[in-house]
Amino acid sequence: MSWLDTLRLALGSLRFTPVRTALTVLAMAIGVAAVLLLTALGEGARAYVVREFASLGTHLLFVLPGHAHTRGLSLATGLVSSVRPLTLDDAAALKGLPAVAAVAPIVVGSAQVRAGGIGRDSVVLGSTAELRTVRHWRMQRGRFLDPGDWHRARAQCVLGPTVARALFGNARAVGKRVRIGDRRFRVVGILASVGRTFGFDNGELVIVPVAAAQALFDREGLFRILVAARNEATLASARRSVRRVLLRRHRGHEDFTLLTQGALLATFERILRALTLAVATIAAVSLGVAGVLIMNVQLIGVARRVPEIGLLRALGATRGQVLGLFLCESGLLSLGGALAGVAAGMLGAGLLGAMLPALAPLHAPAWAGLAAPALAVGTGLLFGLLPARRAAALDPVRALERR
Amino acid sequence: MIRLEHVSRLYAVGDQVVHALDDVNLVIEPGEYLSVMGPSGSGKSTLLHLLGLLDRPDRGRYLFHGEDTARLDDRHLARLRRRHIGFVFQFFHLVPRLSAAGNVELPMMLDGWPLPRRRARVRRLLEAVGLADRARHRPDQLSGGQRQRVAIARALALDPELVLADEPTGNLDQAAGHEILDLLEAVVAQGRTLVLVTHDPELGHRAPRRLQMRDGRLFESPGGVG
Repeated sequence: MSWLDTLRLALGSLRFTPVRTALTVLAMAIGVAAVLLLTALGEGARAYVVREFASLGTHLLFVLPGHAHTRGLSLATGLVSSVRPLTLDDAAALKGLPAVAAVAPIVVGSAQVRAGGIGRDSVVLGSTAELRTVRHWRMQRGRFLDPGDWHRARAQCVLGPTVARALFGNARAVGKRVRIGDRRFRVVGILASVGRTFGFDNGELVIVPVAAAQALFDREGLFRILVAARNEATLASARRSVRRVLLRRHRGHEDFTLLTQGALLATFERILRALTLAVATIAAVSLGVAGVLIMNVQLIGVARRVPEIGLLRALGATRGQVLGLFLCESGLLSLGGALAGVAAGMLGAGLLGAMLPALAPLHAPAWAGLAAPALAVGTGLLFGLLPARRAAALDPVRALERR
Repeated sequence: MIRLEHVSRLYAVGDQVVHALDDVNLVIEPGEYLSVMGPSGSGKSTLLHLLGLLDRPDRGRYLFHGEDTARLDDRHLARLRRRHIGFVFQFFHLVPRLSAAGNVELPMMLDGWPLPRRRARVRRLLEAVGLADRARHRPDQLSGGQRQRVAIARALALDPELVLADEPTGNLDQAAGHEILDLLEAVVAQGRTLVLVTHDPELGHRAPRRLQMRDGRLFESPGGVG
């Protein structure tokens, strides 16, 4: 029997039980679509993180107080107090290094910012004029912090656009005075919005000179130091020289952590990839379930078609031909499910992308787009083997006697 | 063409062993028309299944064209069934989802014929049994007699030399039964061998050679022509 005729007979018998066929195909399609959707989401999240990092610039170096003994995320070590803090002088010492373009020390705290009877709790960032260079921020109005002596606590501040609007409405804010905690500052500029990075909006920021922030929060140690290398090529040498200088200043104790953008990104990517793989695996379990369903449906089909199988044998079908016929049906069921699932998965990813514009464009990675349908068809054939073998093994005489 | 030598077929029913066939000896020459009669349970169908290579003897030898069928594997047996043997059953055994043409086409499909050749042959076969205008009908749209005609057309699809009919009229009214038998006898007139299993003596006596089965044993009927 030619494979085309096998296909034709198999299709014919699947069409004869349309509801059963449709439901089986649906089960497989759901499994495939789930794999595609979940991997699309994971991939979208990963691409999102990569994009966000790229928007921060890829030649950045972060110096954090404290040392993480294990690789991985140690962003929170700035809160650990038992280590020797990073000081403003540490940061200043990095300024002259040849591979370093700019250094911005950062102190972070939260305080109430008041103006004209309106108060707002904001994140207050203490830094220097260099922060703007490092972060590529632009100004909506006025200017950024004045350059000059880092130790001078000038009473000037820069507002994020959201804070400025909340405090001053549409009125002109530059030149006005605000009270931050128990100190008074003059607004010198308003940041242009850059949107969100990692869900953090620069619109909510209030930026004051680093010395002012240290006084405001009564904190000597820096939250971190941002170091911009001249370019990506000099990042490695910048990292080496920063480490050397800080080691010398800290008398050989490596009580600080150097993170490059790349290392951070790699960590995030690793986590997100593992996560994507994990959810894809969970979704793939549903493919196995669909495979069991195919087995069930085909077992029922074999039981109901015993006389037909007997007849085929009487007409001269070999066991192999009977096996091929039923295997072909399982294959078609899973293939139909795979195709429908890929279509549904792509459509669903498109819809999801429309609902989550931050992650758009959402599409499943190529490996999932190939592996999910392949796995579906493989499972279908594997689970189809048992019913097909049962059909092929039927004794033709007994099969013919059953009506 | 066919030679059975001391063939027995045993079944275990509970802890009793039943001889469905008990030391059967039979020689069938090409072109013969013979009927097998006997009460139900006497082993008629078992004999037919055995002749049709659907079953194997427990003892004795079955030679088909001089070849011992015990030595043939599934693929060889399937090919012999396909090309040399045609079955007609009491309950027609048509595939319900296939049209008359589709049912007649099956043996040719299994034998790997190309589509155009199949189409032409199906048309000729359906014409021969008088159902050219029913080719697209599904079995449930056909009368019993028409269904059996489709089954006969199917049995003749690969031009077999041996046709085995198991109570082919058993499920039909008398008129349709006679029509079917006429058709089968016309088949034999084309030089084929016909083995007709029936419990109806009137039909059985139309065959020139008549066999009787009782409790698994085979007897040539008196008056039968050798």
